[in-house]
Amino acid sequence: MGAEIKVKGFFTDATLCIGCKACEVACKEWNDVPGDGFTWTGRSYDNTAALGHSTWRHVKFIERMREGVPSWEFSSDVCKHCEHAGCLDACPTGSIVRTEFGGVFIQPDVCNGCGYCVVACPFGVVDRRPDDGRAFKCTFCYDRQKAGLEPACARACPTQSIQFGDLEELRLQASERVKTLEARGVTDAVVYDPRHTSVGGTHAIFLVRGDVRTFDLPLNPEVPTALLGRAWSAAALAAVLMLVGTWLVMGTGLFSAGLAQ
Amino acid sequence: MENGPVPLKPPVWTWEIPVYFYVGGASGAAAVIVAIAQLAGRDPAMINDARWIAAAGAALSPLLLISDLGRPSRFLNMLRVFKWRSPMSVGAWTLAVFSAAVFAALGFRLLDGSPTVALAADIAAALTGALLAVYTGVLIGVTAIPVWAKHAAVLPFHFGASSFGVAVSLLELAGYRTSSLNRLGIGAAAIETMLGMQMEWTRDRVARSIFAGTSGTLVRIGIWLSGPVPLVLRLTGAASTALRLAAALSMTLGSLATRFGWIGAGRRSATDRAAALGGDPA
Repeated sequence: MGAEIKVKGFFTDATLCIGCKACEVACKEWNDVPGDGFTWTGRSYDNTAALGHSTWRHVKFIERMREGVPSWEFSSDVCKHCEHAGCLDACPTGSIVRTEFGGVFIQPDVCNGCGYCVVACPFGVVDRRPDDGRAFKCTFCYDRQKAGLEPACARACPTQSIQFGDLEELRLQASERVKTLEARGVTDAVVYDPRHTSVGGTHAIFLVRGDVRTFDLPLNPEVPTALLGRAWSAAALAAVLMLVGTWLVMGTGLFSAGLAQ
Repeated sequence: MENGPVPLKPPVWTWEIPVYFYVGGASGAAAVIVAIAQLAGRDPAMINDARWIAAAGAALSPLLLISDLGRPSRFLNMLRVFKWRSPMSVGAWTLAVFSAAVFAALGFRLLDGSPTVALAADIAAALTGALLAVYTGVLIGVTAIPVWAKHAAVLPFHFGASSFGVAVSLLELAGYRTSSLNRLGIGAAAIETMLGMQMEWTRDRVARSIFAGTSGTLVRIGIWLSGPVPLVLRLTGAASTALRLAAALSMTLGSLATRFGWIGAGRRSATDRAAALGGDPA
């Protein structure tokens, strides 16, 4: 003991993904996640639709035209395990915690299903499972990490599109990958790691091509608690107004003259 | 890019939550009236009834909240930790302390206990009660739901004025139609009117989305019934019992419409792809 555990991360490279969905299957199998049906989304082979309480890896299928040529791209979406996580801040029971590996983890024996985390996630990841009552999301395979293994999705990925490792190394790897792609003539590759917002970066970073919003990634995700200052200031003012206003009317008889009795 | 999945999840809350916003808020505001009226030496009968309104709300609120939980049997986990950064945690603890103070105030009076302690309990209930009436605005404002987050600084005033109006109205409906209660009602209605105008006149697309759809209609109804309608009724017809009661009824129904409207608007806003993804349209 004594060695510092480095913060772990995911680096999901959409330029390597072949849309096989092994990650979706591996995740469900390892974590015993229940089936949540499938939806004919009309978006290519995507019948999973979105991340949710029972989908913790979701492969997106993007069909678009790029410079007059049809392109077909794939990217495996996952909980971002934010540096400043909205769900973690919101959770009133302390169920949602930061693990020693840097992931955001919902302790299923504490969660009482209040649903506040659901509206606190700027990526729409976490949700409450109806028949169970608790909130669920990607655990970052906390149990596997504790045993020194990589998450199930990273293990299963046949093209190594999903990389797992020390976050700082993955960030370097991602920027190296951008340079490699540029050298090959692919000039629109970007790394998605929103460190410019209050989220402060994510432990699950992505490499996609073009506008990140095509991959349903928000340009400027904010952690809702960035609004705490202005919201509580307003609340304090409103409360003081209520108390002082009532005193002015009942205690000092303000405005009593001139009004119909 | 215009159509497609939205990286947001809608609120999972059901009817218990807007009803709790209404009940808890009115209850907290009633406690404010209790303490101030007590200190100002007002009608003891009115104060006593206000205290019972506060107590009824304090009893009903946890039942509503527990009922909405996904795992109701684990409701005590709400008091497992205290987290400044979670408006729900602050609210849960505020409700707990408020309830204790209200029941203590009631108990001490019923059992002829020390009046000093009873007054201290009244004051504690008023301070936590004021917080209870406004914090629900913080609760939904500090979220990723675009239309809620956009109004984070407005909601505490909106919900606070709404709750206070209900407390005044309930007392009037119970028979206490004093001029000071009317003035307090005018204050609440004036604030609701001003906030309503501010909301209607904004040009921000996300802010304006509060008025979209069925929930938007409810929000508008809420503003009208809590703001201009009772304002006019109270300013012109305070002498008439019928108009006074109409104003009270209007504020009560308006507050309920407001709560349901805002929760519904949140559900709708979670489908706002442009707001969720941000930036200029591609």
